[in-house]
Amino acid sequence: MGLFEKSIPQELWVKCEGCHEVIFKKEVDRGMGVCPKCQYHFRLTVTERLQMVLDDGALVEWDATIGTTDILGFRDTTTYPDRIEQAQKKTGLTEAVVTGEGRIMNRAVAVGVMDFRFMGGSMGYAVGERISRLFDRARERDCPVVLFSASGGARMQEGIISLMQMAKTSAAVSRFREVGKPFVSVLTDPTAGGVAASFAFQGDVIMAEPRALIGFAGPRVIEQTIKVRLPNGFQRAEFLLEHGMIDLIVARPNLKTTLDTLLRLLSHTPS
Amino acid sequence: MTLHYLPFESDIEETERKLHDLELAAPGYPNAPAKDIQHLRERLQRQLRDVYENLTPWQKTLVARHPDRPQAQDYVAEICDEFVEMHGDRLFGDDFSIVGGLARIGDQPLVVVGQQKGRTTKEKTQRNFGMPQPEGYRKALRLFRIAERFRKPILTLVDTPGAYPGVGAEERGQAEAIARNILEMLALKVPIVTVVIGEGGSGGALALAAGDRLLMMEHAVYSVISPEACVAILWKDGESPDRAASELKLTAGDLQRLGVADEILPEPPGGAHRDPAAVARTVKEAVLRHLSALRERPFEALARERQDRFRRVGDTLVNPPS
Repeated sequence: MGLFEKSIPQELWVKCEGCHEVIFKKEVDRGMGVCPKCQYHFRLTVTERLQMVLDDGALVEWDATIGTTDILGFRDTTTYPDRIEQAQKKTGLTEAVVTGEGRIMNRAVAVGVMDFRFMGGSMGYAVGERISRLFDRARERDCPVVLFSASGGARMQEGIISLMQMAKTSAAVSRFREVGKPFVSVLTDPTAGGVAASFAFQGDVIMAEPRALIGFAGPRVIEQTIKVRLPNGFQRAEFLLEHGMIDLIVARPNLKTTLDTLLRLLSHTPS
Repeated sequence: MTLHYLPFESDIEETERKLHDLELAAPGYPNAPAKDIQHLRERLQRQLRDVYENLTPWQKTLVARHPDRPQAQDYVAEICDEFVEMHGDRLFGDDFSIVGGLARIGDQPLVVVGQQKGRTTKEKTQRNFGMPQPEGYRKALRLFRIAERFRKPILTLVDTPGAYPGVGAEERGQAEAIARNILEMLALKVPIVTVVIGEGGSGGALALAAGDRLLMMEHAVYSVISPEACVAILWKDGESPDRAASELKLTAGDLQRLGVADEILPEPPGGAHRDPAAVARTVKEAVLRHLSALRERPFEALARERQDRFRRVGDTLVNPPS
């Protein structure tokens, strides 16, 4: 069974966003969603990510019942509940993050995976609550947190309450830090805005996938503000590494073993 | 008379100009205009009240950004008996869009940090229109740590369109700087009171506002995104920012209803810039009152309560008490 089968089963060929080549899809699937020509890392669904990282891809999901509330009665060209429904149909998810407990090389971990396809991975009350509880539960269970970010930022349909999720998740991280277990933040394409400016950059270790777009302001906003063409590679993972903003870049074939090594070194005490 | 009028103030402007002309002319005509002047003054007050009691969210946004509106340094000058500005983040540079330092109000020493948009064109450029870069947030954090080390409470004054979206800001870790400020503010073992004096622009505002109390000036706004940016993203068809401002629920009243703001500080009819000294007295009274209440709490418990406060925000909106 192909890794991508569930999301877009009908397509045999895909166009790589990295090198714009058309590639046989099975080849991409076999390579963990990595382009065999240019090593571009395709955006993953939650299921694909869990398969890649967790033992047997098995997750005991937490807080799936925390759903979305239209706090403000927000309406643009359509209503917020309509947008949620569309996103749910498109992704098969209830919200833009899935959290739970799983194992990485037989070590229990609290895991969170964001899905950019769900309203741009934006963080409103439900996402903020699920992520905060992820840290709470990890604290209670005394286990490390591994969190995969993919988000354009705060969800504007929830107004100031979405902004407050930055402080809420930070409060959960702050409490979690008291137990001395590691939080490994994995920045995937893209991680921006209020998610980048809260828990995603609060990890004890911050790693990124190759070429992931990472920043506070989106490149279009910056271009419009300062009226210059942005340099090639701006806000890509390699750019952040060069500027000292992340610890390491890890390609997918090494992801699981790298996580295992980091967690082991951070947890191990000599006998 | 103020220097600038907003688009919805044309009647006010007309009355005020007539009044101004009459008052100038008055010495030459000792008997005639006294009654007219009195009449116009009453009309002006009535117009100011009518307009300012019924501001739409977008109009409030414009008042919050008013060029004559008192800024952080104006409040510091009016409120503080002493102030020593401190500069630099010790890492990269000094960001003039954030001013901060050691201060004293009466017998209360404290640390004050705020965004400063600037008044003249030259000053605005120098202060980057109140849009901080990472070094600004890191300077603020440095001052917060000094406050904690010497057990002084913190007052922050928020007034920013947002964190600056620029190449250098991204290179130096804008997201990291904001994330760190929020995380560390939540653990500081000293009281923190924030007043949104003008514009609270998203994460760039929150990076100074993760405190124990959030006070908002009556015509201040605080939002996850500017109405202009929101309308451009969600409507795409030239809808006016009016509409987005209403949907976003960004006024002081909205924020109090949503449980984010603790208190609204009244402004005179016509806005804070019409009587900055009176407004500063209001702010001073409120800040001292909240600081003195917070001082009663053990500082260890304070950080925990601050975390819980943000941890619970929105809960009753999502799960209304039955």
